Amino acid sequence: MSNETDFPKASERGRFDWSPHAQALGFEFVSSQKAWATLKLPFREDLVGDPDSGVIAGGAVTALLDHVCGHAVMMAIDFMTPIATLDLRIDYMRAAEPGLGVFAEANCYKVTRSIAFVRASAWDKDKDDPVATAQAAFMINSDSGRRGSGHPPEATSGQAGAR
Amino acid sequence: MSDAAEQLDALLSRIPYARYLGMRAELAGDEMTAILPFAPHLIGNPTLPAIHGGVLGAFMEMTALAQISIMQGLTRQPRPIDISVEYLRPARPLTTYARAEIRKIGRRIANVHVEAWQETRANPITLLRGHFLLSPKED
Repeated sequence: MSNETDFPKASERGRFDWSPHAQALGFEFVSSQKAWATLKLPFREDLVGDPDSGVIAGGAVTALLDHVCGHAVMMAIDFMTPIATLDLRIDYMRAAEPGLGVFAEANCYKVTRSIAFVRASAWDKDKDDPVATAQAAFMINSDSGRRGSGHPPEATSGQAGAR
Repeated sequence: MSDAAEQLDALLSRIPYARYLGMRAELAGDEMTAILPFAPHLIGNPTLPAIHGGVLGAFMEMTALAQISIMQGLTRQPRPIDISVEYLRPARPLTTYARAEIRKIGRRIANVHVEAWQETRANPITLLRGHFLLSPKED
């Protein structure tokens, strides 16, 4: 972990140490600031998608982009609350270079009371030559109403996603 | 084992990332069901707990790739151009299933929809729509 972050460790930890899958994939923290986050997925043989090319799997990049988008949301709202991905759109510009890890940077550019909007891009060598870009929407406080209230969740709050 | 079943097995066992997730697939005729047994390393949020959204995106993406490959008998994997994932329900720590439907397949591009569910197929947890670039057979 770097100490470049100027935001509470809680949000950082919320996105990393906390998430078994992020740990399992080996995501590394690069930097974060208000509404922004950058992570790295180091190359690993067991994350290859196409054995003919040795390129990291598109799915692993999908997981990285989903995760970095969630991190940017946490950096934007600045308090720990459950969030859930509503939708995630990814455009794959090109395959990553064989044997290289992938960086991803996300910006949460708008937060409403219940929804956060995020853009992200992923690259291997040059940030201006991305391998993929993403657009995502998250629900904030995704489990509101389901804990401690004793009431069944409303239709919308029952949509807590897979994070 | 049918040709398609063998091809499917070969495809999934050759993708390191599919093995890493623990993904497998079953064929009934030309209908493929992809299966992702629950494993602790797939968890994204341990307090719910819920499977990581990225895992589901990846699982459905590979379901689409596998479905295209068995239908087309491709020797090389199709490549994703774009995907859009919709999250409907929390993915609980259970086995997840997925089926892909090829909505349109042309010479170069396939449009595929995927649905993933856990206990009840009628209540999908996530949906994926995607375009995939087909690799020519002779490559």
